[in-house]
Amino acid sequence: MADGCVAMSRKLQFDQIRLPPECDALRQEVRAFLAEEIAKGTFDPHRPGHGDSHDRAFSKRIGTKGWIGMTWPKKYGGHERSFLERYVVTEEFRVASAPVRSHFVADRQSGPILLKYAPEHIKANILPRICRGELCFVIGMSESGSGSDLFAAKTRATKVDEGWRINGSKIWTSNANIADYMIALFRTSPPTNENRRHGLTQFLVNMTARGIKVNPIYQMSGQQDFNEVVFEDAFVPDDHVLGEIDGAWKQATSELAYERSGPERFLETFYLMLELIRAIGPEPDTRSAEGLGRLVAQLHTLRRMSVSVAGMLQAGKEPVVEAAIVKDLGTIWEQKLPNRVRELTAFVPPEIANRVTLEEQLAFATTIAPKLTIQGGTTEILRGIIARGLGLR
Amino acid sequence: MTNDSDHIVTESAARIFADLADPQIINRLDDGAWKAPFWLALADAGLPLAWVPEQLGGAGASLADGFAVLGVTGRFAVAVPLAETLLAGWLLTRAGVAAPNGPMTIAPSRPSDRIIFDADGALSGSAIGIPFASEAQHIAVLAQGEEGAFVALVAASDCMIGEGQTLAGDPSNIVRFQHVKPLRYARAPFGLDHTALMMMGSVGRSVQIAGVLESILSLSVSYANQRVAFERPIGKFQAVQHNLARLAGETAAALAVSGSAVNTITQSDSFDEAAFLEGASAKIRCAEAATEGAGIAHQVFGAIGFTKEHVLHRFTLRTLAWRDDFGSESYWAAELGRHVAKCGADEFWPMVASR
Repeated sequence: MADGCVAMSRKLQFDQIRLPPECDALRQEVRAFLAEEIAKGTFDPHRPGHGDSHDRAFSKRIGTKGWIGMTWPKKYGGHERSFLERYVVTEEFRVASAPVRSHFVADRQSGPILLKYAPEHIKANILPRICRGELCFVIGMSESGSGSDLFAAKTRATKVDEGWRINGSKIWTSNANIADYMIALFRTSPPTNENRRHGLTQFLVNMTARGIKVNPIYQMSGQQDFNEVVFEDAFVPDDHVLGEIDGAWKQATSELAYERSGPERFLETFYLMLELIRAIGPEPDTRSAEGLGRLVAQLHTLRRMSVSVAGMLQAGKEPVVEAAIVKDLGTIWEQKLPNRVRELTAFVPPEIANRVTLEEQLAFATTIAPKLTIQGGTTEILRGIIARGLGLR
Repeated sequence: MTNDSDHIVTESAARIFADLADPQIINRLDDGAWKAPFWLALADAGLPLAWVPEQLGGAGASLADGFAVLGVTGRFAVAVPLAETLLAGWLLTRAGVAAPNGPMTIAPSRPSDRIIFDADGALSGSAIGIPFASEAQHIAVLAQGEEGAFVALVAASDCMIGEGQTLAGDPSNIVRFQHVKPLRYARAPFGLDHTALMMMGSVGRSVQIAGVLESILSLSVSYANQRVAFERPIGKFQAVQHNLARLAGETAAALAVSGSAVNTITQSDSFDEAAFLEGASAKIRCAEAATEGAGIAHQVFGAIGFTKEHVLHRFTLRTLAWRDDFGSESYWAAELGRHVAKCGADEFWPMVASR
């Protein structure tokens, strides 16, 4: 039992990271920008399900402020700022329910993949346009027979002169209806007996290429951002291969930690916290106060964990398990929040001032809640990753 | 919480615990004979009075080092009043009252209790759930006088100490002060009030709970890798893996939020709004993690973990008992909720984001 009974493969670690002072000024700048955009009617922070969540003009204004590709090299249009500064921008936009879908995927994950694996001329062409808010990216991973089990992907890329012919389809692709580019996983070889993860390659796909058809899939929440993308002999040139042919499985490790642990993984239904506070008023009864207090403590904890992971990544560490834990706890929290708020507002007087907003938000959040523990890695997949980190598999 | 001095202090504390208070070994003993030599070793290392400066007879360790020691007491499910003595030393020191040697505890340790400091300098009143009062030689008391708070040191033998124990069987006593004359006392400094004491105690308990959860997680993972059922280690079953992943999540939450509260208190050394948000959150979330985590661990261990012979209960019952000291999660949640409600919706995000 030496050293406190801890004989695990590794200890869980959450460095106490505080956002550095330069983030304060940035935060005020972001808040002022958002207040201005709200004032001129770009979006309504009280109605997160309304309006167009893809607002290309808004994304361009964000790009002009220098808040897309913040951490990327200046020579590609980036700003060489820290991941903690990007964290501040991300959380302020999320808390305001600002429409960032048009650039968010490119900023969070597509850009970093291109930075790492794309040839120089592609980086020089595409990354500055992402930074200016001009490009929308989509992730082409899932197929009808391949969801959490990515390595079952069947959509084929066949070698032809100077490039590849793509045949098959991707599904549940958010943004495909408006996207300029997809980063997709295609099968270039069959899996081997030794390695079932072998044979998949990452590609950059221009969505305007011939042979690509996007069919909308409507969601239970009434929104349409799901799509089916069908490839019929679509051509992708050789220089659009990202990384090693047949070796895509090696290419997603530390990026995933960024994708999993950001503030968007627990703030998706945050607006309900504000309506809860408005609904119970400045002098709540004990039940409401206690319920609110627990939610505040849970939210504060998640944010401290998430900031810690961001800081550890910035410092060059690889908190893969910690990041998976943040997403597991965070998505479950934001998913349960609508019903918790519903319970805590069950006895408030009918005439409260924010009744309509509260009910609209509850209805919206309740219908989108199921997706929160599915998108970007299901609860079950995350717990598998955590179990592996604990030395159980 | 990862600087060098922290490592040295925690390693020396962990060594003493491993040598003289290993939970596995203690669990097989029928009496408390192990406690005296263990306490002597702790005292030799300067741990009980870690938070008392050298000129007042202590070891003069930093706040961060002391909290790190509390983490070790959690990892070993400590059954002596080390955390309480540390806290008592801190309370006395804040008022400039010299700390005695030997085990101490603190009163009050529940938010609803108040001890009165009479005009003639004696203490009256009673406090429930005082941890280890029956094993302490002295009690550090925060008492309310007509013109503000006082910190007083009293001999335990001058008080009426009732029976009682925690879920884990550690002493937890009602203490009655019937016109008790303190050995020494001083006016509490500005900012050191009842809320501050509850907050400091709660952060201490949060750190201890997180330490227990670290050990519970480690014990549970080891057991799941060894115990074979249906011809394979139970840790290979996805249902068990997912329970352990949840336990890791609760442990991670407790470590992160208690660490954050410690970081806040050690940076500011005052109990302002930031410390309130951090400290209350730590106690709320750590107590929730204790409830969830203890339940999961018992499910992993099955029947053997429910026996007296097995060490698991030393950890689970202590972490459950510690939820109630210095304000339960329900108490702090109501306090925090009232504060957030009073500040209003527009102040809420700036408050969270400021941390």
